[in-house]
Amino acid sequence: MEEFAALIDALVYTRSRNEKLRLIAEYLRATPDPDRGWALAALADGLDFPAVKSSTIRNLLKDRIDPVLWTLSRDFVGDTAETASLLWPAPEDSPSPPTVSEAVDQLGGMNRKSVLTELPRLLDRLDPSGRYALLKLATGGMRIGVSSRLAKTAFAQAFAVSVEEVEEYWHGLDAPYDPLFAWAARGEAPPDIENLPTFRPFMLAHPLEEAVVDLADYAAEWKWDGIRVQLVRAGEETRVYSRSGDDISATFPELLEVLPFPAVLDGELLVRGAHQGGEAGGAASFNALQQRLGRKTVSKKMLAEFPAFVRLYDALLLEGEDLRELPWTARRARLEALMGRLPDSHFDLSQVVEARDFEHLAQIREGARDDAIEGLMLKRRDSPYIAGRRVGYWYKWKRDPLLVDCVLMYAQRGSGKRSSFFSDYTFGCWDGDPDAGAELLPVGKAYSGFTDEELKKLDRHVRQNTVNRFGPVRETDKSLVFEVAFDSVHESKRHKSGLAMRFPRIHRIRWDKPPHEADRIEALRSLIRD
Amino acid sequence: MAAPFSWIRPEPHGIHVVPANCWVDPSRAVDKALVTHGHADHARGGHGQTVATPETLAIMKLRYATSDGATPVQYGETIRLPGGVDATYIPAGHVLGSAQILLEHAGERVIVTGDYKRRHDPTCPPFEVTPCDIFVTEATFGLPVFCHPPIEEEMAKLLDRLAAHPERCVLVGAYALGKAQRVIAELRRAGHAAPIYLHGAMEKMCRLYEEHGVDLGELRLVADHSKDEMRGSIVVCPPSALNDRWSRRLPDPITAMASGWMRIRQRARQRNVELPLVISDHADWGELTRTIEEVGAEENWITHGREDALLRWCQLHQRRARALALVGYEDEDD
Repeated sequence: MEEFAALIDALVYTRSRNEKLRLIAEYLRATPDPDRGWALAALADGLDFPAVKSSTIRNLLKDRIDPVLWTLSRDFVGDTAETASLLWPAPEDSPSPPTVSEAVDQLGGMNRKSVLTELPRLLDRLDPSGRYALLKLATGGMRIGVSSRLAKTAFAQAFAVSVEEVEEYWHGLDAPYDPLFAWAARGEAPPDIENLPTFRPFMLAHPLEEAVVDLADYAAEWKWDGIRVQLVRAGEETRVYSRSGDDISATFPELLEVLPFPAVLDGELLVRGAHQGGEAGGAASFNALQQRLGRKTVSKKMLAEFPAFVRLYDALLLEGEDLRELPWTARRARLEALMGRLPDSHFDLSQVVEARDFEHLAQIREGARDDAIEGLMLKRRDSPYIAGRRVGYWYKWKRDPLLVDCVLMYAQRGSGKRSSFFSDYTFGCWDGDPDAGAELLPVGKAYSGFTDEELKKLDRHVRQNTVNRFGPVRETDKSLVFEVAFDSVHESKRHKSGLAMRFPRIHRIRWDKPPHEADRIEALRSLIRD
Repeated sequence: MAAPFSWIRPEPHGIHVVPANCWVDPSRAVDKALVTHGHADHARGGHGQTVATPETLAIMKLRYATSDGATPVQYGETIRLPGGVDATYIPAGHVLGSAQILLEHAGERVIVTGDYKRRHDPTCPPFEVTPCDIFVTEATFGLPVFCHPPIEEEMAKLLDRLAAHPERCVLVGAYALGKAQRVIAELRRAGHAAPIYLHGAMEKMCRLYEEHGVDLGELRLVADHSKDEMRGSIVVCPPSALNDRWSRRLPDPITAMASGWMRIRQRARQRNVELPLVISDHADWGELTRTIEEVGAEENWITHGREDALLRWCQLHQRRARALALVGYEDEDD
């Protein structure tokens, strides 16, 4: 437990992703089984011990310390587990810490009653750092800036295996993942995941940039603005995975009973909406889909108001047959043949966009009005389905970004390597005629799209033109214009302007442009497409 | 006869010693001030007369360029103030020159601690427990979550990290008066003999400490040296410079901060600190409560910090206490 606690502490204070990877990988290499498996589970997915809740901890502490002092402390620290770890009375004997697996075994064996005597015994065996790690592990959310993907990447790095392979096995295994360590760390056979609804890493695309492709070699499809999902059915169970390999089945329960045969399908998850696109069964904008994202439970109202469906792109596995080695054309034929067996209430097919040649395709792309269309996908007709991003197979050709001229209003320090730079910018548009006394209203925030050299200049600009300081935020004299690129703009209550941009980034810094020539809110509002 | 203790009055801008017409640590300029120590929330310029230890007066002269009406008092020395008030300066163990002030009048004894700690500090004499009737204590770390670990552990953490990254440097943010010099002196005590690099704002205070007999070893100014020379070194700067442009001249610094607040993870994260060092010049919860018990005053007045919790503790332990509402500011950097 001491090593795990030290790891947690180190991760808390580390901002750099590479350093986090290094710390976790080092821990995984140095720690014996099954401790490292439990630790990996805690970092990647969080463990669940129903007997240990935040309220359990609170009650235990209130038996040991004056409730007023507890509340004052908890309010100051802001985290129940941390407060408890600091306030727990130090045991008289020098502690003999449990191993991670010992702690997990004991936590797993506790019920609502026994937890009141058994959790204290565990806490008595630990120092403050150990108590913090134990309580965080016991209550689930570590909240230390480590995503599931990061933990898996660290695992892959620790044992020099590919993260795609780790992803494939991951969902077929339970903590402490002994078959995973047996394979990666001890050189044994890979885990057997047949008949398990596990995630298969996605094939991804490169941006097309300035390239031109021959449509004899490439097929075009719309790129839909939903979320990319993988629908997996095996062993009588269906799961929905996000692009990062997170199991999001609980968020979309309507999709769990509609796939009638074993398969692994790749598609775009969309919700039906009033807005009808060029396709049958139109999709609402991403804004509508957002209502459904990130929910652990879904109300009936949500299901009725924003029903989800999957627009299919590809088939990876079909009734026990692995199609991934086949060329795209063959997989596409199989997918098309499949559609008759799928309920059209929850599935449709992403149509191939027919064009005479590349120039014609470019025209079609220009003319796309549907807000649910993000651009085009170009897929080489002979491409197998390969995990990750391979040059030459798939390209994404996004619709040109929208552009507006905004005025820099506020700047904030970045983090990590950027912590000494003002690198996060809030910018605004005019709410009327700037020469007639109009004001700037914030419309978005961006921290990318500029070079390191430009960052230095921007940082200098902020420092030399500060008119107000609010903690870490500087208000500038509003003299600098940014040409801001963004994918779309929506109504939003979050900003005073009533608008919110999607993927805003600094496109150009207009050192030359006077601020009163920047765009008005109205210009931005006219770009709303839904 | 006047009511007991009517001669001493907590007022928003300081503790008023009525018969002597002077204030302890006033936050605005007064004719006559008794100053416990040199930190800005206790000491300020512009008073007609300032009574303090010679070290505190030297610090005030350096920081606030004020030396008008400086009246030095040695530790243990008693001076007679107008109106029959005696003031005695007693070591508080907080920073160089810091003192508790014992005020006696009509047989009644009041101690104003200013800030204090009970740990060993190579840069100043230790806190002395002195009996009194009213004990005016600080409460900066007045919550039971605050327990400062032994400084040796924190020094070991710092030196281990330095040794693990010989190509980088460790940048330690430390309050320019007191904390910085204590950290340097403790590093020397832990056997770290290499030159230590200073932010320019620290230089004069370090020299002042040296003039008062505190050995800090070889100190160098960052401005005089190249990035490469500072690899594998410790650099000390004020907390405000930690994430400042200034730090770009250092070789890939590991950001550390020496402060009692570092006990709380979120506080360290807020300041972008990678290596939190829990080192404070204030008493932690255990020291505060132990001191109240050892001094054993009739009544405790609590100020500067988290008064609520310490007040509650006094209540639970049947000790009379009240919280003072003095104007001041939070010691965010300690």
